[in-house]
Amino acid sequence: MLDFHLLKALHTAAGPRTLDVRLTLAPGELLAISGPSGAGKTTLLRLLAGLDRPDGGFIQAEKLTWYRAESRQFLPPQQRPLGFVFQDYALFPNMTVHENLAFAATGQPQPARVINDLLDSLELTELADRRPAVLSGGQQQRVALARALARRPRLLLLDEPLSALDLPTRQRLQQVLAEVHRQYELTTILISHDPAEIARLADRVLELDLGQVRRVGPPVAPAAPLLGRVLAVLPGGRLQVQLAGGAVVEIAAPPSRPVVVGEELRFELVG
Amino acid sequence: MPPDYWQTLRLTLALAACTTALLLGLGLPLAYALAYGRSRFKPLAEAVVSLPLVLPPTVIGFYLLVAFSDSSALGRFLINKLGVSLNFTFPGILVGSLVYSLPFMVQPLQAGFGQVPRSLREAAYTLGKSRGTTLWRVLLPNMRPALLNGLVLTFAHTLGEFGVVLMIGGSLPGTTRVASIAIYDEVQSLHYAQANAYALTLLGVAFVILVALYWFTKRDAARLS
Repeated sequence: MLDFHLLKALHTAAGPRTLDVRLTLAPGELLAISGPSGAGKTTLLRLLAGLDRPDGGFIQAEKLTWYRAESRQFLPPQQRPLGFVFQDYALFPNMTVHENLAFAATGQPQPARVINDLLDSLELTELADRRPAVLSGGQQQRVALARALARRPRLLLLDEPLSALDLPTRQRLQQVLAEVHRQYELTTILISHDPAEIARLADRVLELDLGQVRRVGPPVAPAAPLLGRVLAVLPGGRLQVQLAGGAVVEIAAPPSRPVVVGEELRFELVG
Repeated sequence: MPPDYWQTLRLTLALAACTTALLLGLGLPLAYALAYGRSRFKPLAEAVVSLPLVLPPTVIGFYLLVAFSDSSALGRFLINKLGVSLNFTFPGILVGSLVYSLPFMVQPLQAGFGQVPRSLREAAYTLGKSRGTTLWRVLLPNMRPALLNGLVLTFAHTLGEFGVVLMIGGSLPGTTRVASIAIYDEVQSLHYAQANAYALTLLGVAFVILVALYWFTKRDAARLS
Protein backbone atom coordinates (compact mmCIF):
# COMPACT_ATOMS: atom_id res chain seq x y z
CA MET A 1 0.00 0.00 0.00
CA LEU A 2 2.66 2.48 1.07
CA ASP A 3 6.39 2.12 0.71
CA PHE A 4 8.70 4.94 1.68
CA HIS A 5 12.18 5.98 2.65
CA LEU A 6 12.35 9.53 3.91
CA LEU A 7 15.27 11.75 4.87
CA LYS A 8 14.93 15.19 6.37
CA ALA A 9 17.14 17.44 8.47
CA LEU A 10 15.72 17.87 11.98
CA HIS A 11 16.45 20.64 14.44
CA THR A 12 16.24 18.95 17.83
CA ALA A 13 17.09 20.12 21.32
CA ALA A 14 20.14 17.84 21.11
CA GLY A 15 21.36 19.62 17.96
CA PRO A 16 20.89 18.94 14.25
CA ARG A 17 19.86 15.38 13.40
CA THR A 18 18.56 13.57 10.35
CA LEU A 19 15.18 11.92 10.21
CA ASP A 20 15.75 8.63 8.41
CA VAL A 21 12.84 6.18 8.18
CA ARG A 22 12.34 3.31 5.74
CA LEU A 23 9.07 1.39 6.01
CA THR A 24 6.48 -0.57 4.08
CA LEU A 25 2.84 -0.60 5.13
CA ALA A 26 0.44 -3.39 4.20
CA PRO A 27 -3.06 -2.45 3.04
CA GLY A 28 -5.41 -2.20 6.02
CA GLU A 29 -2.57 -1.86 8.50
CA LEU A 30 -2.76 0.52 11.45
CA LEU A 31 0.68 1.81 12.38
CA ALA A 32 1.34 3.83 15.51
CA ILE A 33 4.31 6.19 15.75
CA SER A 34 5.60 6.97 19.21
CA GLY A 35 8.64 8.64 20.68
CA PRO A 36 9.72 11.65 22.73
CA SER A 37 9.02 15.15 21.45
CA GLY A 38 11.52 16.22 18.83
CA ALA A 39 11.82 12.65 17.57
CA GLY A 40 10.45 13.63 14.16
CA LYS A 41 6.98 12.05 14.42
CA THR A 42 5.01 15.03 13.12
CA THR A 43 7.70 15.78 10.54
CA LEU A 44 7.35 12.24 9.18
CA LEU A 45 3.58 12.64 8.87
CA ARG A 46 3.94 16.03 7.17
CA LEU A 47 6.45 14.60 4.69
CA LEU A 48 4.03 11.80 3.81
CA ALA A 49 1.21 14.31 3.31
CA GLY A 50 3.38 16.56 1.13
CA LEU A 51 3.14 19.50 3.54
CA ASP A 52 6.93 19.55 3.83
CA ARG A 53 9.51 18.59 1.25
CA PRO A 54 11.90 15.74 2.12
CA ASP A 55 15.66 16.12 1.62
CA GLY A 56 15.86 12.72 -0.04
CA GLY A 57 14.31 9.29 -0.50
CA PHE A 58 11.00 8.26 -2.06
CA ILE A 59 7.31 7.65 -1.36
CA GLN A 60 5.53 5.02 -3.43
CA ALA A 61 1.79 4.54 -2.87
CA GLU A 62 0.80 1.42 -4.78
CA LYS A 63 1.51 2.29 -8.44
CA LEU A 64 1.66 6.05 -7.84
CA THR A 65 4.92 7.84 -7.06
CA TRP A 66 4.28 10.65 -4.57
CA TYR A 67 7.90 11.57 -4.23
CA ARG A 68 11.23 10.48 -5.65
CA ALA A 69 14.39 12.46 -5.05
CA GLU A 70 16.41 11.16 -8.05
CA SER A 71 13.72 11.98 -10.61
CA ARG A 72 12.70 15.20 -8.78
CA GLN A 73 9.10 14.01 -8.56
CA PHE A 74 6.98 15.68 -5.91
CA LEU A 75 3.22 15.36 -5.82
CA PRO A 76 1.66 18.37 -4.05
CA PRO A 77 -0.60 17.59 -1.05
CA GLN A 78 -3.71 18.35 -3.13
CA GLN A 79 -3.02 15.35 -5.36
CA ARG A 80 -2.25 12.79 -2.67
CA PRO A 81 -5.38 10.78 -1.87
CA LEU A 82 -5.09 10.86 1.91
CA GLY A 83 -6.91 12.21 4.92
CA PHE A 84 -5.03 14.23 7.52
CA VAL A 85 -6.26 14.94 11.04
CA PHE A 86 -4.31 17.78 12.63
CA GLN A 87 -3.40 17.94 16.29
CA ASP A 88 -5.40 21.18 16.68
CA TYR A 89 -8.21 19.71 14.46
CA ALA A 90 -7.93 22.68 12.03
CA LEU A 91 -11.70 22.95 11.53
CA PHE A 92 -12.72 25.98 9.47
CA PRO A 93 -14.24 28.40 12.03
CA ASN A 94 -16.28 30.22 9.37
CA MET A 95 -18.18 27.06 8.37
CA THR A 96 -20.69 24.89 10.21
CA VAL A 97 -20.00 21.18 10.73
CA HIS A 98 -22.03 20.40 7.62
CA GLU A 99 -20.24 23.08 5.60
CA ASN A 100 -16.85 21.78 6.76
CA LEU A 101 -17.75 18.35 5.39
CA ALA A 102 -19.37 19.76 2.24
CA PHE A 103 -16.24 21.80 1.51
CA ALA A 104 -14.20 18.61 1.74
CA ALA A 105 -16.65 16.51 -0.29
CA THR A 106 -17.03 18.85 -3.29
CA GLY A 107 -15.76 17.08 -6.36
CA GLN A 108 -16.67 13.64 -4.99
CA PRO A 109 -19.42 11.59 -6.64
CA GLN A 110 -22.68 11.94 -4.68
CA PRO A 111 -21.35 14.43 -2.12
CA ALA A 112 -24.67 14.68 -0.28
CA ARG A 113 -24.69 10.95 0.42
CA VAL A 114 -21.06 10.92 1.52
CA ILE A 115 -21.76 13.76 3.96
CA ASN A 116 -24.89 12.17 5.39
CA ASP A 117 -23.16 8.80 5.81
CA LEU A 118 -20.30 10.44 7.69
CA LEU A 119 -22.56 12.59 9.87
CA ASP A 120 -24.48 9.44 10.67
CA SER A 121 -21.61 7.07 11.42
CA LEU A 122 -19.75 9.63 13.56
CA GLU A 123 -22.94 10.71 15.37
CA LEU A 124 -22.72 14.30 14.19
CA THR A 125 -26.17 14.71 12.63
CA GLU A 126 -27.49 16.79 15.52
CA LEU A 127 -24.44 19.07 15.44
CA ALA A 128 -24.53 19.62 11.66
CA ASP A 129 -25.59 23.27 11.84
CA ARG A 130 -23.23 24.29 14.63
CA ARG A 131 -19.94 26.06 14.22
CA PRO A 132 -16.74 24.42 15.50
CA ALA A 133 -16.22 27.03 18.23
CA VAL A 134 -19.23 25.83 20.22
CA LEU A 135 -18.28 22.12 20.10
CA SER A 136 -16.44 20.18 22.79
CA GLY A 137 -12.98 18.75 22.12
CA GLY A 138 -14.32 15.27 21.48
CA GLN A 139 -16.98 16.58 19.10
CA GLN A 140 -14.41 18.66 17.21
CA GLN A 141 -12.25 15.57 16.93
CA ARG A 142 -15.11 13.60 15.37
CA VAL A 143 -15.77 16.42 12.87
CA ALA A 144 -12.08 16.50 11.96
CA LEU A 145 -12.14 12.75 11.40
CA ALA A 146 -15.34 12.93 9.32
CA ARG A 147 -13.91 15.77 7.23
CA ALA A 148 -10.69 13.84 6.57
CA LEU A 149 -12.77 10.89 5.37
CA ALA A 150 -15.01 12.95 3.06
CA ARG A 151 -12.59 12.57 0.17
CA ARG A 152 -12.72 8.79 0.57
CA PRO A 153 -8.97 8.47 1.16
CA ARG A 154 -7.13 5.15 1.25
CA LEU A 155 -4.57 6.46 3.72
CA LEU A 156 -5.43 8.26 6.95
CA LEU A 157 -2.79 10.23 8.88
CA LEU A 158 -3.55 11.31 12.43
CA ASP A 159 -1.27 13.62 14.43
CA GLU A 160 -1.88 12.90 18.14
CA PRO A 161 -5.62 12.96 17.54
CA LEU A 162 -6.70 12.09 21.06
CA SER A 163 -3.97 13.57 23.25
CA ALA A 164 -5.95 16.66 24.28
CA LEU A 165 -9.04 14.76 25.40
CA ASP A 166 -10.08 13.45 28.81
CA LEU A 167 -9.86 9.71 29.43
CA PRO A 168 -13.52 8.64 28.90
CA THR A 169 -13.77 10.67 25.67
CA ARG A 170 -10.45 9.29 24.52
CA GLN A 171 -11.50 5.70 25.11
CA ARG A 172 -14.76 6.21 23.26
CA LEU A 173 -12.98 7.81 20.33
CA GLN A 174 -10.42 4.99 20.22
CA GLN A 175 -13.36 2.72 19.54
CA VAL A 176 -14.71 5.11 16.87
CA LEU A 177 -11.28 5.19 15.27
CA ALA A 178 -10.98 1.42 15.21
CA GLU A 179 -14.44 1.14 13.63
CA VAL A 180 -13.75 3.82 11.03
CA HIS A 181 -10.42 2.20 10.17
CA ARG A 182 -12.18 -1.11 9.48
CA GLN A 183 -15.38 0.23 7.90
CA TYR A 184 -13.63 2.51 5.39
CA GLU A 185 -10.87 -0.06 4.68
CA LEU A 186 -8.13 2.42 5.52
CA THR A 187 -4.44 2.16 6.00
CA THR A 188 -3.82 4.36 9.02
CA ILE A 189 -0.80 6.01 10.61
CA LEU A 190 -1.39 7.42 14.07
CA ILE A 191 0.94 9.36 16.35
CA SER A 192 0.34 8.49 19.99
CA HIS A 193 2.14 8.68 23.32
CA ASP A 194 -0.26 6.42 25.15
CA PRO A 195 0.97 2.78 25.35
CA ALA A 196 -2.54 1.55 26.20
CA GLU A 197 -3.96 3.33 23.15
CA ILE A 198 -1.23 1.90 20.93
CA ALA A 199 -1.74 -1.60 22.29
CA ARG A 200 -5.46 -1.30 21.73
CA LEU A 201 -5.43 0.11 18.19
CA ALA A 202 -2.17 -0.58 16.39
CA ASP A 203 -0.96 -3.60 14.42
CA ARG A 204 2.60 -2.32 14.58
CA VAL A 205 4.41 0.46 16.35
CA LEU A 206 7.30 2.56 15.05
CA GLU A 207 9.38 3.99 17.87
CA LEU A 208 11.37 7.05 16.87
CA ASP A 209 14.06 8.90 18.75
CA LEU A 210 16.00 11.89 17.39
CA GLY A 211 15.01 10.93 13.87
CA GLN A 212 16.20 7.33 14.08
CA VAL A 213 14.04 4.20 14.19
CA ARG A 214 14.47 2.57 17.61
CA ARG A 215 12.08 -0.30 17.02
CA VAL A 216 9.41 -1.44 14.56
CA GLY A 217 7.22 -4.27 15.69
CA PRO A 218 4.10 -5.37 17.48
CA PRO A 219 2.98 -3.07 20.30
CA VAL A 220 3.94 -4.07 23.82
CA ALA A 221 0.96 -4.28 26.16
CA PRO A 222 1.57 -2.28 29.31
CA ALA A 223 1.79 -4.64 32.30
CA ALA A 224 -1.01 -4.60 34.81
CA PRO A 225 0.20 -3.48 38.24
CA LEU A 226 0.86 -6.34 40.68
CA LEU A 227 0.01 -6.35 44.35
CA GLY A 228 2.21 -8.00 46.97
CA ARG A 229 3.18 -8.04 50.67
CA VAL A 230 6.76 -7.41 51.73
CA LEU A 231 8.21 -10.50 53.51
CA ALA A 232 11.76 -9.28 54.03
CA VAL A 233 14.11 -6.41 53.25
CA LEU A 234 17.27 -7.90 51.70
CA PRO A 235 20.73 -6.31 51.45
CA GLY A 236 21.54 -4.39 48.23
CA GLY A 237 18.19 -2.63 48.07
CA ARG A 238 16.20 -5.80 47.25
CA LEU A 239 12.87 -6.91 48.67
CA GLN A 240 11.31 -10.34 49.07
CA VAL A 241 7.63 -10.00 48.18
CA GLN A 242 4.73 -12.43 48.28
CA LEU A 243 2.30 -11.86 45.42
CA ALA A 244 -1.47 -12.04 45.85
CA GLY A 245 -1.40 -15.52 44.27
CA GLY A 246 1.06 -16.81 46.88
CA ALA A 247 4.24 -16.86 44.77
CA VAL A 248 7.33 -15.27 46.33
CA VAL A 249 9.53 -13.01 44.14
CA GLU A 250 12.51 -10.75 44.62
CA ILE A 251 12.26 -7.13 43.40
CA ALA A 252 14.20 -3.88 43.63
CA ALA A 253 13.12 -1.65 46.51
CA PRO A 254 11.48 1.65 45.51
CA PRO A 255 14.21 4.30 45.67
CA SER A 256 11.91 7.03 46.91
CA ARG A 257 11.12 5.86 50.46
CA PRO A 258 11.95 3.17 53.04
CA VAL A 259 9.81 0.00 53.07
CA VAL A 260 8.82 -1.97 56.18
CA VAL A 261 8.07 -5.69 56.44
CA GLY A 262 4.39 -6.49 56.16
CA GLU A 263 3.61 -3.49 53.96
CA GLU A 264 1.34 -3.87 50.90
CA LEU A 265 3.10 -2.79 47.69
CA ARG A 266 1.78 -2.04 44.21
CA PHE A 267 4.41 -2.46 41.49
CA GLU A 268 4.93 -3.17 37.79
CA LEU A 269 7.10 -5.75 36.05
CA VAL A 270 9.54 -4.08 33.66
CA GLY A 271 11.20 -5.67 30.62
CA MET B 1 -21.11 76.78 3.05
CA PRO B 2 -18.14 77.27 0.64
CA PRO B 3 -19.22 77.75 -3.01
CA ASP B 4 -17.72 74.50 -4.35
CA TYR B 5 -18.28 72.50 -1.17
CA TRP B 6 -20.11 69.56 -2.81
CA GLN B 7 -17.77 69.43 -5.78
CA THR B 8 -14.75 69.24 -3.48
CA LEU B 9 -16.38 66.66 -1.26
CA ARG B 10 -17.37 64.50 -4.25
CA LEU B 11 -13.80 64.63 -5.53
CA THR B 12 -12.40 63.74 -2.11
CA LEU B 13 -14.69 60.73 -1.74
CA ALA B 14 -14.04 59.62 -5.34
CA LEU B 15 -10.29 59.69 -4.72
CA ALA B 16 -10.64 57.73 -1.46
CA ALA B 17 -13.02 55.17 -2.99
CA CYS B 18 -10.91 54.58 -6.13
CA THR B 19 -7.71 54.33 -4.07
CA THR B 20 -9.30 51.80 -1.69
CA ALA B 21 -10.75 49.63 -4.47
CA LEU B 22 -7.53 49.55 -6.50
CA LEU B 23 -5.35 48.98 -3.44
CA LEU B 24 -7.48 46.00 -2.42
CA GLY B 25 -6.70 44.39 -5.77
CA LEU B 26 -3.01 45.30 -5.58
CA GLY B 27 -2.58 44.75 -1.85
CA LEU B 28 -4.06 41.25 -1.58
CA PRO B 29 -1.49 39.45 -3.77
CA LEU B 30 1.30 41.57 -2.33
CA ALA B 31 0.29 40.85 1.29
CA TYR B 32 -0.15 37.13 0.46
CA ALA B 33 3.36 36.98 -0.99
CA LEU B 34 4.84 38.86 1.98
CA ALA B 35 2.99 36.70 4.52
CA TYR B 36 3.81 33.29 3.04
CA GLY B 37 6.81 33.92 0.80
CA ARG B 38 10.26 32.73 1.81
CA SER B 39 12.31 34.83 -0.60
CA ARG B 40 15.61 36.31 0.53
CA PHE B 41 14.40 39.66 -0.74
CA LYS B 42 11.34 39.77 1.51
CA PRO B 43 12.83 42.32 3.97
CA LEU B 44 13.60 44.55 1.01
CA ALA B 45 10.02 44.33 -0.26
CA GLU B 46 8.65 44.97 3.23
CA ALA B 47 10.85 48.04 3.56
CA VAL B 48 9.66 49.44 0.23
CA VAL B 49 6.01 48.88 1.19
CA SER B 50 6.53 50.63 4.53
CA LEU B 51 8.50 53.61 3.19
CA PRO B 52 5.42 55.86 2.77
CA LEU B 53 4.82 55.53 6.53
CA VAL B 54 8.06 57.26 7.42
CA LEU B 55 8.78 59.51 4.44
CA PRO B 56 7.42 63.06 4.36
CA PRO B 57 4.58 63.08 1.80
CA THR B 58 6.42 65.85 -0.02
CA VAL B 59 9.28 63.46 -0.78
CA ILE B 60 6.93 60.97 -2.43
CA GLY B 61 5.10 63.79 -4.16
CA PHE B 62 8.34 65.33 -5.40
CA TYR B 63 9.67 62.12 -6.95
CA LEU B 64 6.33 61.28 -8.54
CA LEU B 65 6.11 64.83 -9.93
CA VAL B 66 9.53 64.40 -11.50
CA ALA B 67 8.74 60.88 -12.73
CA PHE B 68 5.52 62.00 -14.43
CA SER B 69 7.10 65.05 -16.10
CA ASP B 70 8.87 65.03 -19.48
CA SER B 71 12.24 65.37 -17.75
CA SER B 72 12.20 61.64 -16.90
CA ALA B 73 12.23 58.62 -19.21
CA LEU B 74 9.01 57.28 -17.64
CA GLY B 75 7.29 60.63 -18.04
CA ARG B 76 8.40 60.96 -21.66
CA PHE B 77 7.14 57.42 -22.36
CA LEU B 78 3.78 58.20 -20.71
CA ILE B 79 3.35 61.55 -22.48
CA ASN B 80 4.78 60.84 -25.93
CA LYS B 81 3.96 57.14 -26.41
CA LEU B 82 0.72 56.76 -24.42
CA GLY B 83 -0.47 60.35 -24.46
CA VAL B 84 -0.98 60.26 -20.69
CA SER B 85 -0.05 63.34 -18.72
CA LEU B 86 -0.41 62.62 -15.01
CA ASN B 87 0.74 65.81 -13.32
CA PHE B 88 -2.14 68.08 -12.21
CA THR B 89 -4.81 65.51 -13.14
CA PHE B 90 -7.10 63.20 -11.17
CA PRO B 91 -5.37 59.99 -12.41
CA GLY B 92 -2.10 61.57 -11.26
CA ILE B 93 -3.23 62.15 -7.69
CA LEU B 94 -4.81 58.67 -7.75
CA VAL B 95 -1.42 57.09 -8.52
CA GLY B 96 0.11 59.23 -5.77
CA SER B 97 -2.56 58.04 -3.33
CA LEU B 98 -1.94 54.41 -4.27
CA VAL B 99 1.72 54.76 -3.38
CA TYR B 100 1.08 56.81 -0.26
CA SER B 101 -1.64 54.53 1.20
CA LEU B 102 -0.04 51.22 0.18
CA PRO B 103 1.17 50.26 3.70
CA PHE B 104 -2.26 50.99 5.18
CA MET B 105 -3.72 48.23 3.02
CA VAL B 106 -0.81 45.77 2.89
CA GLN B 107 0.19 45.73 6.55
CA PRO B 108 -3.22 44.79 8.04
CA LEU B 109 -3.72 42.17 5.31
CA GLN B 110 -0.27 40.70 5.85
CA ALA B 111 -0.91 40.52 9.60
CA GLY B 112 -4.33 38.96 8.89
CA PHE B 113 -2.81 36.23 6.71
CA GLY B 114 -0.24 35.60 9.42
CA GLN B 115 -2.92 35.20 12.10
CA VAL B 116 -4.88 32.48 10.31
CA PRO B 117 -3.45 29.24 11.78
CA ARG B 118 -1.18 27.46 9.33
CA SER B 119 -3.07 24.22 9.88
CA LEU B 120 -6.25 25.72 8.34
CA ARG B 121 -4.41 26.39 5.09
CA GLU B 122 -2.77 22.98 5.17
CA ALA B 123 -6.05 21.24 5.99
CA ALA B 124 -7.57 22.78 2.85
CA TYR B 125 -4.58 21.57 0.81
CA THR B 126 -4.89 18.01 2.13
CA LEU B 127 -8.57 18.19 1.15
CA GLY B 128 -7.45 18.76 -2.42
CA LYS B 129 -8.19 22.48 -2.56
CA SER B 130 -6.10 24.81 -4.71
CA ARG B 131 -4.41 27.91 -3.34
CA GLY B 132 -7.09 30.07 -4.94
CA THR B 133 -9.98 28.14 -3.42
CA THR B 134 -8.20 28.11 -0.06
CA LEU B 135 -7.69 31.89 -0.23
CA TRP B 136 -11.31 32.57 -1.14
CA ARG B 137 -13.12 30.03 1.07
CA VAL B 138 -10.80 29.63 4.06
CA LEU B 139 -8.32 32.48 4.45
CA LEU B 140 -10.34 35.59 3.58
CA PRO B 141 -13.48 34.63 5.57
CA ASN B 142 -11.31 33.98 8.63
CA MET B 143 -9.48 37.30 8.42
CA ARG B 144 -12.46 39.60 7.95
CA PRO B 145 -11.39 42.02 10.71
CA ALA B 146 -8.01 42.47 8.97
CA LEU B 147 -9.74 42.94 5.64
CA LEU B 148 -12.07 45.56 7.09
CA ASN B 149 -9.15 47.22 8.84
CA GLY B 150 -7.20 47.53 5.58
CA LEU B 151 -10.19 48.90 3.68
CA VAL B 152 -11.19 51.43 6.33
CA LEU B 153 -7.70 52.66 7.16
CA THR B 154 -6.87 53.10 3.47
CA PHE B 155 -10.09 55.02 2.87
CA ALA B 156 -9.70 57.24 5.92
CA HIS B 157 -6.02 57.83 5.29
CA THR B 158 -6.68 58.88 1.69
CA LEU B 159 -9.34 61.34 2.89
CA GLY B 160 -6.70 63.04 4.99
CA GLU B 161 -3.98 63.14 2.36
CA PHE B 162 -2.37 66.52 1.77
CA GLY B 163 1.29 66.68 0.78
CA VAL B 164 1.33 64.15 -2.04
CA VAL B 165 -1.81 65.54 -3.68
CA LEU B 166 -0.56 69.10 -3.39
CA MET B 167 2.81 68.22 -4.98
CA ILE B 168 1.39 66.25 -7.92
CA GLY B 169 -2.03 67.83 -8.32
CA GLY B 170 -1.77 71.38 -7.11
CA SER B 171 -5.14 72.80 -6.20
CA LEU B 172 -7.35 72.78 -9.29
CA PRO B 173 -11.02 72.99 -8.24
CA GLY B 174 -12.99 70.01 -9.51
CA THR B 175 -9.87 68.15 -10.66
CA THR B 176 -7.33 67.88 -7.87
CA ARG B 177 -8.55 70.15 -5.05
CA VAL B 178 -9.55 67.70 -2.31
CA ALA B 179 -11.01 68.77 1.05
CA SER B 180 -7.73 68.85 2.98
CA ILE B 181 -6.23 71.21 0.39
CA ALA B 182 -9.39 73.30 0.29
CA ILE B 183 -9.01 73.86 4.05
CA TYR B 184 -5.49 75.15 3.54
CA ASP B 185 -6.59 77.44 0.70
CA GLU B 186 -9.51 78.86 2.68
CA VAL B 187 -7.29 79.58 5.68
CA GLN B 188 -4.75 81.28 3.41
CA SER B 189 -7.55 83.56 2.23
CA LEU B 190 -8.71 84.06 5.85
CA HIS B 191 -12.08 82.33 5.14
CA TYR B 192 -12.18 80.59 8.53
CA ALA B 193 -15.88 79.69 8.43
CA GLN B 194 -15.47 77.94 5.07
CA ALA B 195 -12.34 76.15 6.25
CA ASN B 196 -14.32 75.03 9.27
CA ALA B 197 -17.06 73.54 7.06
CA TYR B 198 -14.52 71.25 5.39
CA ALA B 199 -12.64 70.50 8.59
CA LEU B 200 -15.78 69.60 10.48
CA THR B 201 -16.91 67.33 7.63
CA LEU B 202 -13.57 65.46 7.57
CA LEU B 203 -13.58 65.14 11.35
CA GLY B 204 -17.13 63.73 11.34
CA VAL B 205 -16.53 61.29 8.49
CA ALA B 206 -13.28 60.01 9.99
CA PHE B 207 -14.87 59.52 13.40
CA VAL B 208 -17.94 57.69 12.05
CA ILE B 209 -15.76 55.40 9.92
CA LEU B 210 -13.55 54.44 12.86
CA VAL B 211 -16.50 53.83 15.19
CA ALA B 212 -18.07 51.60 12.54
CA LEU B 213 -14.77 49.72 12.13
CA TYR B 214 -14.36 48.97 15.82
CA TRP B 215 -18.01 48.07 16.21
CA PHE B 216 -17.91 45.59 13.30
CA THR B 217 -14.61 44.13 14.48
CA LYS B 218 -16.04 43.49 17.93
CA ARG B 219 -19.20 41.90 16.54
CA ASP B 220 -17.24 39.70 14.15
CA ALA B 221 -14.88 38.51 16.85
CA ALA B 222 -17.88 37.54 19.00
CA ARG B 223 -19.48 35.66 16.10
CA LEU B 224 -16.43 33.53 15.25
CA SER B 225 -15.34 32.61 18.75
